Amino acid sequence: MPGLEDLYREIILDHYRTPRNRGELAPPAVMAEGHNPLCGDEITIYAQVENGVLVDVKVSGQGCSISQSSASMMSQAVKGKSLAEIQALVHRFKVMMSIEEDADDAPAVEVKMGDLEALQGVVKFPVRIKCAILSWNTLLQALDNASA
Amino acid sequence: MNTTRVDWAAVKADFPVLQRMIDNQRLVYLDSANTSQKSNAVIDAMTDFMSNGYAPINRSAYRMAGEATDLFEGARSKLQRFINAHSAHEVVFTKNATESLNLIAQTWGRANLSKDDVVVLTHMEHHANIVPWHMLVAERGIELRWIPLTADGQLDLSNLSALLDGAKVLSFTAMSNVLGTITPAKQLCDAAHAAGAIAIVDACQYVPHNVTDVQAWGADFVTFSGHKMVGPSGVGVLWGREELLEAMPPFLGGGNMIADVRLDGFTTAELPSKFEAGTPPIVEVIGLGAAVDYLTNIGMANIRHHEMELTEYALSTLNVRYGDDIVIHGPRNVEVRGAVLSFAFRDIHPHDISQILDEKNVCVRAGHHCAKPLMKLLGANATARASFYIYNDQTDADALADALDGASDIFGV
Repeated sequence: MPGLEDLYREIILDHYRTPRNRGELAPPAVMAEGHNPLCGDEITIYAQVENGVLVDVKVSGQGCSISQSSASMMSQAVKGKSLAEIQALVHRFKVMMSIEEDADDAPAVEVKMGDLEALQGVVKFPVRIKCAILSWNTLLQALDNASA
Repeated sequence: MNTTRVDWAAVKADFPVLQRMIDNQRLVYLDSANTSQKSNAVIDAMTDFMSNGYAPINRSAYRMAGEATDLFEGARSKLQRFINAHSAHEVVFTKNATESLNLIAQTWGRANLSKDDVVVLTHMEHHANIVPWHMLVAERGIELRWIPLTADGQLDLSNLSALLDGAKVLSFTAMSNVLGTITPAKQLCDAAHAAGAIAIVDACQYVPHNVTDVQAWGADFVTFSGHKMVGPSGVGVLWGREELLEAMPPFLGGGNMIADVRLDGFTTAELPSKFEAGTPPIVEVIGLGAAVDYLTNIGMANIRHHEMELTEYALSTLNVRYGDDIVIHGPRNVEVRGAVLSFAFRDIHPHDISQILDEKNVCVRAGHHCAKPLMKLLGANATARASFYIYNDQTDADALADALDGASDIFGV
């Protein structure tokens, strides 16, 4: 069995204890709510998109260390990025979580994972992948709402 | 309750999965409120039937089919005695307690409830005793009322007669799957009847752990699942008073539930076949019959006594060791609670607690336990829940207490 140190990296616990970009955004920012029906975790992502760029993002809600730190790191990684860059990052993240296949063709946009690499250990604990991915799917939903 | 001495170590040894070692550590299974482990008696009965006598029931003339039918109906009679039902044909096999509750709402409910009719539930219900009624709210416009809770997680019955005024149904849990609270079932059934309502008891958490007497309760319907009482998954029970079952329309249509089928219609079979369309879970019913024998041999009064002692030990061990750092929901008095401990620990999220306990092979549930309205009252999205059964002992409670230290280490609290 993989050790818990693979899961609870210090940087993850840091984001959990001191989450970045917490809060809400008023309209015209859009929002989306995500639920993990298994554990009751709830997350709300607020996104302000201007000219194809996510100029601001906020996270609210409650959840476990993995879902909360993933949301915090994601918010840092996507803020100020173009929607194309964000799509590429989401794909990279889902590949890391082994829930999407890596495409053969090189990504159109360069992607830096940065702190997010710390979440790599989650994949060894399959039950927790849903926790890590919750905020990402919720972000996609929010961006869909923005373009709708 | 008369109790006798039981060799609980021998009971534990009856469950082969508990011999399993993971990472050279024994298994500490504390998730029986979710689903229970299976004893050799149950495993053997199912294996033996599949190896030596598997056949259809109720529909073939050869000897082996007759034997299978006898085994199947024998299990029904065991269930009848186990819950003291008036007759075996009041015992209907379903998929689980969830299906049993849906059956009641979809058949009795649709036949008897219309706009503005009142169904009374409690704030501690499982989703299985909420959503089927919400579905009738959407379909029929019925009204739901809720019995609130006291601060220590018991039903607040101070306003019961007003809540029941004009109601047609009172449907409540006999034991909360989150709080462990044991509710006063007979009192509630009496109050329902006094108000002219029927009484439905969700006994899914109660039947595996207590002496059950549906007639003493005076209930109209009682539901429970096999898999929480050392039986297999895939089989549950609906017990109903004969006159109610007789008057209800059928649930699922198909084979076995009919007396006659014509081009212009059908007539239903007698009870209990009327509610058992299609080939039932034959192997599972036989396994559940073996589970009933197994539990009966131990004695339900003994089981209740064992769990009260164990609950007292677990509550006091955790409270002494962790003081204010652990908040265990539900009543402190083990006379009114079963062996279910939902808790919050040092602000660590239940999912993380469960993960860290798993490192020590301590299996607990983390989440909302399919009781989101109750979780909202508790002010939590989730709790961790340790639940005990016949194969647990004080060393399992100690293992839980020890493993919680690991959570503190990782989160530095």
